[in-house]
Amino acid sequence: MSALLEISHLDVHFATPDGDVHALKDASLTINEAECLGVVGESGSGKSQLFLAAFGLLAGNGRATGSVRYRGEEILGAPARRLNALRGGAVTMIFQDPLTSLTPHMRIGEQIIEALTHHQKISRDDAVKRAREMLDYVRIPESARRLRQYPHELSGGMRQRVMIAMATITGPDLIIADEPTTALDVTVQAQILEILRALKTDKKTAIAMVSHDMGVIAGLADRVQVMRHGAIVETGTADEIFYAPRHAYTRMLLDALPKADEVPAPATEVGAPLLTVEDVKVSFPVKDKGLFGKTRTLRAVDGISFTLHQGETLGIVGESGCGKSTLARAVLQLLPKTGGRVVWLGRDLDAATQSDIRKLRKDFQIVFQDPLASLDPRMPIGVSIAEPLKTLEPGRAGKDKVRAIMQRVGLDPAWINRYPHELSGGQNQRVGLARAMIVGPQMLVCDEAVSALDVSIQAQIVALIRDLQAETRLSLMFISHDLSVVRRLSHRVMVLYLGRIVELAPSAALYADPRHPYTRALLSAVLSPDPRAERARKRELLTGDLPSPLDPRAQLTFLKSRLGEPDYRPRLIEVAPQHFVAEHDEAAAAASRS
Amino acid sequence: MSATGQTLKAAVELKGRSLWVDARARLLRNRAAVTGIVILAAITALALLAPLLSSYAYDEVNYDIITCAPGWWPWHAACTAPGHLFGTDAVGRDLFVRVLYGARVSLAVGLVATLVSLLIGVLYGATAGYLGGRIDGLMMRIVDVLYSLPFVFFVIILMVVFDRNFFLLFIAIGAVEWLTMARIVRGQTLSLKHKEFIEAARAGGVSPFAIITRHIVPNVVGPVMVYVTLTVPGVILTESFLSFLGLGIQEPLTSWGVLISDGADQMETAPWMLLFPALFMAVTLFCFNFIGDGLRDALDPKDR
Repeated sequence: MSALLEISHLDVHFATPDGDVHALKDASLTINEAECLGVVGESGSGKSQLFLAAFGLLAGNGRATGSVRYRGEEILGAPARRLNALRGGAVTMIFQDPLTSLTPHMRIGEQIIEALTHHQKISRDDAVKRAREMLDYVRIPESARRLRQYPHELSGGMRQRVMIAMATITGPDLIIADEPTTALDVTVQAQILEILRALKTDKKTAIAMVSHDMGVIAGLADRVQVMRHGAIVETGTADEIFYAPRHAYTRMLLDALPKADEVPAPATEVGAPLLTVEDVKVSFPVKDKGLFGKTRTLRAVDGISFTLHQGETLGIVGESGCGKSTLARAVLQLLPKTGGRVVWLGRDLDAATQSDIRKLRKDFQIVFQDPLASLDPRMPIGVSIAEPLKTLEPGRAGKDKVRAIMQRVGLDPAWINRYPHELSGGQNQRVGLARAMIVGPQMLVCDEAVSALDVSIQAQIVALIRDLQAETRLSLMFISHDLSVVRRLSHRVMVLYLGRIVELAPSAALYADPRHPYTRALLSAVLSPDPRAERARKRELLTGDLPSPLDPRAQLTFLKSRLGEPDYRPRLIEVAPQHFVAEHDEAAAAASRS
Repeated sequence: MSATGQTLKAAVELKGRSLWVDARARLLRNRAAVTGIVILAAITALALLAPLLSSYAYDEVNYDIITCAPGWWPWHAACTAPGHLFGTDAVGRDLFVRVLYGARVSLAVGLVATLVSLLIGVLYGATAGYLGGRIDGLMMRIVDVLYSLPFVFFVIILMVVFDRNFFLLFIAIGAVEWLTMARIVRGQTLSLKHKEFIEAARAGGVSPFAIITRHIVPNVVGPVMVYVTLTVPGVILTESFLSFLGLGIQEPLTSWGVLISDGADQMETAPWMLLFPALFMAVTLFCFNFIGDGLRDALDPKDR
């Protein structure tokens, strides 16, 4: 095999008002043809800058030195014309956020064709045909119709597949995939990884896979490079890195991953029922396009009941759009319910007035998904942390409490005057935790609280939440799309599908003996940091997208025998003590959703 | 967190700062903004001390020196009046004193009307946007109705009902200017109110009014400041337009707008009549722009 891309001794400096930042230190790597190189590192390790610098895409204040050879040709500092011919043609890129990497006002088809016609002489009809073939290849159904749609009409997973189609249509030698699955659900992530794997084997395309998650790399990469603080700390084949890591940092990254055989949180002695949720429903009116469009009802949460005990953690799992966040907000009285009851310590919250609920908020708090977005960008973090204290317990000695809680969540109390943008994602999430914990709540809702963080930071935050729970006998509702994250904390796990419970069971039972096909599919989408197992594994993949919750028959996806009765809702059956499973056809193939 | 012991000790002495304290420090570090503040303060002081700075009164007519250039005027002029620093106008009044008196009116109108529109517009827009639904609809329709009233007609009615009065100017201009502000702020609020930090504040039990004042208003400050710096000159020009129609400032009192429009008529024969008021106004507007930019940057902690 010959080297396709050779980067040697690449240094990148950024001139900032605070002085020179040495972002990349003497980085060297080689990518051979039809090979997948995994580049792993935490946020800020310079892994993205490495490839941006190699292809002349650095920000204006950046300066790269060293050597980058593409098929033996030096391209570092090559004229823009040459680089433009290369980029998007022989070398293409897939970025993290499929929402922002497609132009919102252009149809999907136009965007795909643009890349093609720019690099090749091709008639428009042929280009459209190629675009359709590409969409079929990345398994987008109804490709002809999709070509005429706008990006916002597609789901996140679809958009990422469109990005892959755009990146592949010119027949590149090398695709640089920069965290291509980080913003996606685990189920969609598994689908995207399948497509990338197919690209590698069918089309002999080399892939540079950049990620913070060792699990994503495991099944795909032939060789792996580990980066830290702008330098490459370890290089080796996938098997070497995963089974015999030499560098301490690599071992740390591997240890941070949730293990498939990890013991679920011990079932501590649970106390009295704290929160009872009875048949809660939340629906939103959705108006069709046009002046006289019909208003239809979207049932985001469609009759969910559960009880949360003191000191207990209930994991809530499901894909985007399954209503898990809506449920949390309805329970916290942040959204109006359309039906059902929420009883807090024997008190019906529907009967409480707004100002009563405001006082009760001291007892139940929430931590949000996006650590940066959930903090007021114009408030120093000390003020943000103190805010619930100020409104819920006015007149108490606030400053000392702020310092104490900051220290407790692992933040330097001297940082009270810092702003959120000056902190890292993990630190901001600690601020969010401090803000929630400062009033001493009895229940904490973590709404995807670790999903936006690097895997290594996730482990730290999860450990912190666990410690806080042990100290204060806190009850937790821990929401995530990833079953493996929930596993570390939860005593019981609830799996949601389109606003209803499909399975609710004690943690150990659910992971050892998942009964519902949907739960099994979610579990099978979880990646393990074990390249051999990953390569060999056959997945119970869910294909396609989640059906629209507006479709009344979507609820019966797993109960096809009842499709004749669109208003029928699958009932929960207790198959073992405390193990509830929604009715489903045993025969129903989990693979099909349509 | 290696040196937690030391940092905790340091933290005890460290006082919490609010955005406003930080913003003041940042504003004072911005040279353009500080220069703007200093010059504006100087012009204000000149305006207030005008009677002490000149031996002429602003309404003192002298038919011997009609439209005379200042004594130091280097170019051709029909006549010169050596004692008058900026020359004289068409009825022989001292232009220097008149420019300073004009500054009083123009600055007062510009500042007061803008502040009024800022206060009403921001609170009204933020409230409508945050509460949303029917209340939002109702509040914004009121704005639409007020928008559709012809401005001059509105001013004439005010004058008829309340007699001619200096303060009516503020009310009339302020009553119109806040409408646009309210719309801008409402639009910004709509995009802000679904952000997670607003939801976090609600989950923290913060009341709607406190959310508006503590979280929404500081976060709309960027576009608001840009609009304010556009409003000040607009207001000053509106005042001159009203005065031109005979609805604003009346002779012998004057404002920069009036002086400039008078000067523009005589631009060819007596350029100094245009030059000096225009120069003052231009400098003032520059100052407002720099201060506005400085405030916007100072209130944005990301801008360092």
